Amino acid sequence: MDVSKLNIYPLGDQAVTIQLSDQIDPSTNQQVVQIFHYLQNQSLKWITDIIPAYSSITIVYDLASLPSPSTFSSRYEWIKSILIQNIESMNTTIMFGRQIKIPVCYDLSVGPDLIELSQHCKLSIEEVIYKHTQQSYTVYMIGFLPGFPYMASIDPSIQMNRKAEPRQKVPKGSVGIAGAQTGIYPLDSPGGWQIIGQTPMNLFNLSTPNPCLLAPGDSVEFYAISLDDFLKIKSIENT
Amino acid sequence: MSIQIIKPGLFSTIQDEGRKGFQHLGINPNGAMDIRAMQIANALVLNDVSQAILEFYFPGPVLRFTQPAVIALSGADFSAEINGVKLSINQPLLISANTTIQFGSKKWGQVGYLSVQGGFHLTQWLNSYSTNVKAAAGGFEGGILKPGQTIDLNLKTSNKDTSKEFSIIPWKGSVKDFYHSNALQFIPGYEFKKLTASSQELFSSSVFSLLGQSDRMGYRLKGPSLELSTNNEMISSAVTKGTVQLFPSGQCVVLMADHQTTGGYPRMGHIIAADLPTLAQKTRNDAIYFKPTSIDQAEKLFLEQEQHLHKFTNACSLQLDAYHRH
Repeated sequence: MDVSKLNIYPLGDQAVTIQLSDQIDPSTNQQVVQIFHYLQNQSLKWITDIIPAYSSITIVYDLASLPSPSTFSSRYEWIKSILIQNIESMNTTIMFGRQIKIPVCYDLSVGPDLIELSQHCKLSIEEVIYKHTQQSYTVYMIGFLPGFPYMASIDPSIQMNRKAEPRQKVPKGSVGIAGAQTGIYPLDSPGGWQIIGQTPMNLFNLSTPNPCLLAPGDSVEFYAISLDDFLKIKSIENT
Repeated sequence: MSIQIIKPGLFSTIQDEGRKGFQHLGINPNGAMDIRAMQIANALVLNDVSQAILEFYFPGPVLRFTQPAVIALSGADFSAEINGVKLSINQPLLISANTTIQFGSKKWGQVGYLSVQGGFHLTQWLNSYSTNVKAAAGGFEGGILKPGQTIDLNLKTSNKDTSKEFSIIPWKGSVKDFYHSNALQFIPGYEFKKLTASSQELFSSSVFSLLGQSDRMGYRLKGPSLELSTNNEMISSAVTKGTVQLFPSGQCVVLMADHQTTGGYPRMGHIIAADLPTLAQKTRNDAIYFKPTSIDQAEKLFLEQEQHLHKFTNACSLQLDAYHRH
């Protein structure tokens, strides 16, 4: 991979961020996901966390475990050179994330912002639901809460900014819109996204070794379900 | 065989060095706010320094030991006492069965730690004992401690002298190498240059004070209103403990142990790891100053602290060894 355009900077004294671009676009994010998997497979033992984001990736390292860097001014500079070497030697391949279909109930009782959003977008509620379920979204990153997927890009005609005042409690499973992004709250949490529905699926499951349903690089499609089906699936998911 | 939580205190949790390797899933590291105090408390009772400990805020908890135990307190000094007799922090103590520890007034610091020799009997979640309150996982039953809970201990300590409620082990550790009262040093953040020239100047020359709304997620600061010269919407990326974010209001927050894994606010700087214990012990209305530093200086200071900890740990084993042979 071409490393000349990478912007690499310290995120404090125990982490380094590699920024690939300052745009949100699928090809940059695919490179981020590739670097993520590549570095994970290298199992460099001083790395404690690798955090992919929209257009950057951050490597957290254990400073105490690093040897003295004889030819570098700091351990940071040494790590930076190792990371550049790794990324340079990485073969870029086309990757296919998993395709995941997620049921969403767009009933007003679980989509408290549906009316406001449809008025804001000058569309009927049916049109908003149709547009939200019409395409597939890329999971760009997981952040904010355990298992919270940042997905994009939604149809420009149903985009709306976050609420001016976040809600104190957004229920678990809520599906929201923030600008061009759509996301799902895996847990009850305060939050400012425009909530248009709720999925009965668990996005985050404490008792499994892989606690999160989604990962960066996945493709997600939503399909509408009735309130009855929502309640049925929810009761099965939570037993 | 346990500690009973008579009163839980304010936001008492079980923590260790933090949960590593799961931030890509949005699972933040958690862990002790003041990692050094946690390590010191462990070293004093001859635990591995990464052993899980009890973290607490003021007012502290009231804890009853149903069995003898060797314990130590470190970090904040909230005037711990047993039956009206004051206990020193940074000193190991042998507690008799059915003894109750409580705390009086806030003398120094913000966050206290209690270690027990052998540690607490708990199960890990994703390789760590740290409590993740948001996910209701890790620690003790995934949350802050509640009255009436009982936490089992791993080790059965014997105590021949049952006439006293506790005995002080005559060895007090010095923690001066881990804290200071100077400006907190930071590595400038990626968006620092986007501040106006006068705001850049203000960041390193002004007094900030710690606001009461501070918690394990972040320490909120009150200071001069800082302005960006350009106001582009930022794309979310990873943040870390010590990252100083600028809110649209012009005020800053320093992200602490329960920080989100990613964030979209401009990053003014990153408090160096060696200064995080000092920051963690700042309390409401304390004055805070910032001073820029370089990455090599930050690394040097951190590694010096690691050396100090190593020496501290060795001194503890020598002293306690001598005590037991005595």
